[in-house]
Amino acid sequence: MVKETFTRRDFVISATKVLAVGILAPAGALPAARRISALETAQQTPVPQLWRGKEWSFLIDIEKCIGCANCVGACKKENGVPLDQEVYRTWVERYLVDSNEKVRVDSPGGGLNFRQLDIKPEKQFFVPKLCNQCHNAPCIQVCPVGATYKTGDGVVLVDRKRCIGCRYCIQACPYGARFLHPILKVADKCTWCYHRISKGMLPVCVQVCPTGARKFGNLKDPDSEVATLKKKARTRVLKPDMGTKPNLYYLGLDEVVK
Amino acid sequence: MPFYVFPNEIEVNWGLFIVLYPYITGLVAGAFIVSSLYHVFGKSELKPLSRLSLITALAFLFVAPMPLLAHLGQLFRAFNIMFTPHLTSAMAGFGFIYSFYLILCLLETWFIYREDIVHYASTSKGFTKVFYNILSLGAKDISPTALNTDHKVVSILAAIGIPSACFLHGYVGFIFGSIKANPWWSTPLMPVIFLLSAIVSGIALLILIYRVSSWLRRQEMDLPCLMSLNRYLWVFLLLASVLELLEVLHMGYESKEEWDMVRGLLTNEIPVTYLGVQMGFGVLIPLVLLPFGRWRRLSAGIRQLLTIISGALVLIGVLAMRFNVVIGGQLISKSLAGYAQFHWRLFSNEGIIPSLFILSLPLLILSAMVRVLPPWMGGAEGPKKDSMVTPFNIKLQPKASGNK
Ligand code: SF4
Ligand code: SF4
Repeated sequence: MVKETFTRRDFVISATKVLAVGILAPAGALPAARRISALETAQQTPVPQLWRGKEWSFLIDIEKCIGCANCVGACKKENGVPLDQEVYRTWVERYLVDSNEKVRVDSPGGGLNFRQLDIKPEKQFFVPKLCNQCHNAPCIQVCPVGATYKTGDGVVLVDRKRCIGCRYCIQACPYGARFLHPILKVADKCTWCYHRISKGMLPVCVQVCPTGARKFGNLKDPDSEVATLKKKARTRVLKPDMGTKPNLYYLGLDEVVK
Repeated sequence: MPFYVFPNEIEVNWGLFIVLYPYITGLVAGAFIVSSLYHVFGKSELKPLSRLSLITALAFLFVAPMPLLAHLGQLFRAFNIMFTPHLTSAMAGFGFIYSFYLILCLLETWFIYREDIVHYASTSKGFTKVFYNILSLGAKDISPTALNTDHKVVSILAAIGIPSACFLHGYVGFIFGSIKANPWWSTPLMPVIFLLSAIVSGIALLILIYRVSSWLRRQEMDLPCLMSLNRYLWVFLLLASVLELLEVLHMGYESKEEWDMVRGLLTNEIPVTYLGVQMGFGVLIPLVLLPFGRWRRLSAGIRQLLTIISGALVLIGVLAMRFNVVIGGQLISKSLAGYAQFHWRLFSNEGIIPSLFILSLPLLILSAMVRVLPPWMGGAEGPKKDSMVTPFNIKLQPKASGNK
């Protein structure tokens, strides 16, 4: 749980800030020199070398996931997501479906704290979740300052220097993939380890997965595993009716998964 | 039904401050529309409130951005919303719409009060005189022609103000209504519902402010004015509640996948604030009481009382409605399999006490404003202004000597 460490002094300080900015607000009405947002920069930049010939894609094979949650822990450490708080760039859900089609879902600690249950489910499986890097991302659409943007190689990123922490994108993401970074106070979410993949490495969750349930690669490279699987296997995306056009595909996804 | 909430949804992201934001802007839009009923549509029975409603709108408008700002993770980047607006975002319009509306309200107030300001400047001394001289911005001409122009400008500003007020608040509804990920928000009716409930709350607020200010000034309330508010309140309340019900009925009849979650929300998670406060106290009871308030067989005192009670109930009901939309919507997990928990906090950020503080600010501002710019007007048949009224308790000399 998030601790309440908000004191009266903090309140006075933030109240003063609010008052100050509130009084300045009308001044903002003066036509301001228009700066260029991160999104516009990304749109205007001619495709840099880094992006050429690349379209990253992610594929998860449900059958292979054993729910060890190695990925969840590794992700938190790699990306500076506080370990002791309920915020996750990726998490693993456990589904237990009994003979009457009753579904039980849980993800304690994002999957880090699964406990043995003394029920005998008819079927049981794990579903790792993360940002879908949607082609038609509502989080980009709603960001009022263009701090959320899409790179030329298909990853949705948040510019931490531009985000104003309004949390509109968190409301708009249908997958619960976003959260407010508890320390930085800006929106945060999975980047498919953009800092790693742009150097030719794998996202850390893919790297640590002991069973190869998580697959990552370049769709534009016809020999990559994701490209071949996407061509041959039957894949599904989450919530297709939302029109978000996810870029994360699942193999063997059950219909009870939302 | 499984009970599961996505791990990132354990904390509700938009708290009480974001409940206050549509509430306060709604009061602004509503109060402004009341003032326009007089200035544009010539509803002379509303004359006692023609100025009070405008500066009430202004006082609330000053405070409207505060809860938003306080809620930002990065307060000092707030102006990026105007420097680098991202135009596909409904929220990006806030800075512009707000500033436009603020300027409009300030201008209208200035034109309405200009004659008085000039008058106060010429009849007062020392600091007060300097103050009113500054307020007059040097425009001291109060010849009948000049005043006539003022009057025309006010009508034009008030007329522009109506669509702007509708836009200001309809836009707030759109911020929520356009979020497809949230089944309780996502409806094209949202802007209209927000707008109607805004008008409702503004009228209710004015009823109460009128009552309290008359009581403080030991003046009688003007019954025709109150009855007119009563009638408008009833009509708009009816419209607003019909649309709100329509939305829920429509969802229920279509019974799409999300309906189970919405029904569960209304009957299990927020029944007290939704069925009880919003619909029961905020709609049903006032809808019954208000017509009695207009019933001529009853004594004036009882009719006033019924109208005032209804106003208070409506005001609380609309606050509950904002809560049910903003917080209620976030309780539905996007997993469509469970509900998040909202934790009431007392003192911390977005707690109850800071929220009450923000809610009381406009009233403090208003009570300061009525000293500087007294808004008190007689009823429709009475003299143009209450002759008793002076700002800062200045002793008014007879007008003729002051105008030399
Ligand atoms: S999954 Fe959510 S955060 Fe990720 S791109 Fe799609 S809408 Fe945005
Ligand atoms: S929280 Fe940041 S990234 Fe999200 S919508 Fe607001 S400004 Fe954009």
